[in-house]
Amino acid sequence: MSASPQLAGLPNLGARIRAVVVGASAGGIEALGVLLPALPPDSCAAVLIVVHLLRGRPSMLAEIFSPMCALPVAEAQDKEPVRAGRVYCAPPDYHLLVDRGARLALSVDDPVHFSRPSIDVLFESAAEIYGETLLGIILSGANEDGTAGLTAVRRAGGMTVVQQPDSAAVPYMVRSALQSGAAELVLTLPQIAALLGTLQNSPSGQSRS
Amino acid sequence: MPTLVPETFDIELQLLIDAIFYKYRFDFRAYAFASLKRRLSIAMTRLGCQSLSQVQDLVLREPEVFSTLLDYLTVQVSEMFRDPGYYRGLRECVMPLLRTYPSLRVWVAGCSTGEEVYSLAILLHEQGLLDRTLIYATDINAQALQRAEAGVYDITRIAGFSDNYRRAGGTGSLSDYYVAAYDGAVFDKALRRQVVFADHSLATDSVFAEVQLISCRNVLIYFNRELQDRALGLFREALSLRGFLGLGSKESLRFSAHAEAFEEIVPHERVFQKRHSA
Repeated sequence: MSASPQLAGLPNLGARIRAVVVGASAGGIEALGVLLPALPPDSCAAVLIVVHLLRGRPSMLAEIFSPMCALPVAEAQDKEPVRAGRVYCAPPDYHLLVDRGARLALSVDDPVHFSRPSIDVLFESAAEIYGETLLGIILSGANEDGTAGLTAVRRAGGMTVVQQPDSAAVPYMVRSALQSGAAELVLTLPQIAALLGTLQNSPSGQSRS
Repeated sequence: MPTLVPETFDIELQLLIDAIFYKYRFDFRAYAFASLKRRLSIAMTRLGCQSLSQVQDLVLREPEVFSTLLDYLTVQVSEMFRDPGYYRGLRECVMPLLRTYPSLRVWVAGCSTGEEVYSLAILLHEQGLLDRTLIYATDINAQALQRAEAGVYDITRIAGFSDNYRRAGGTGSLSDYYVAAYDGAVFDKALRRQVVFADHSLATDSVFAEVQLISCRNVLIYFNRELQDRALGLFREALSLRGFLGLGSKESLRFSAHAEAFEEIVPHERVFQKRHSA
């Protein structure tokens, strides 16, 4: 794997990917600060994010991420239709799922890996709905959450990316995902950013509505 | 998660849900699919089954397996005074209006193991309203209702409950309301003197009383939109003129057919009031 942030060898996502799920924990907000600015304003995919947060306080994720992102960023609402070109953050103390339709769904089921929201819950439900049109990304964190979810994304034919452990502030979560063998690509943050930059309807004119 | 061909699992899920309806009259057919699927996957593993067809076989022949499965499908472990801001909102914005009624009826819909029922009873008590209030605490799970009625909670959970109670603006100490016995906290019987625990399904039953306040928290997120609309229709019908509805902190009426019937009166805490015309 080249360490340069060039697109060489990286796939163009526009023709294939309809949804991106991102899981992050400790050190993940900083990582997202590198990735979110790379999303093109005309992104052809919806972006769904789970960040582990402390319970019992309001989430500021949408407020933090909005100014750095060309796309509208909002906290996910139950039953909201998933729309391309939007970024949804899981609310604190709720699991975020993708349900048929595709609509967002919330649950207060038990925490998974001590986490609610859980990355596994989002990734597994999204893999069901989006199959090979899903991209799953695991970023910095100190938890095993996300490993089973990324495996489900891969099994459903989706694309899987794990942040290079050396570049992760807290590498435990990405190492766990790597050990499972679920990662198709292991990339630095600038490389993942470059990859996300290709999330637009294909320039060859074969755009999909 | 066990490895499964998704399509097969989905077919088996549908068949199991139908079987449960025909055999036991519990209706999960309009539950939100993603959560239902997740819960059934977990139940299948815990029951030691390889497929939902095996689960179905057991459920149809052994009622006690069904009762175990029902817990996986319905029981949410909540907390007393979960989301303290909600109870503070009720205390500050709803109680002053409820105080003007000579008698009150409150409906806790989907009360599960009762944490919310005791929280509301304590709130009403501290407002001097409990003696003239009747609380209907309903759920579809009879075992959960029994636990709710017993009012005994694991002592390890009490610290969290107390913290929530303080942040909700409680005027005393939570320990005023329970006695510790062994590893349990037994809540004061006086709190449930005014509570009727009853079996009621938002999916299949109808309205049973006129009420001034309905609290239904984190129940509707498990329903699909049609069933959400049915439940909200029941609430709309049951609420008296300008009655109050409290939902979970991330539940919304935005995507409901009844959105216009309610206005949000406590911002961010999902406390709604039925409109005059509704």
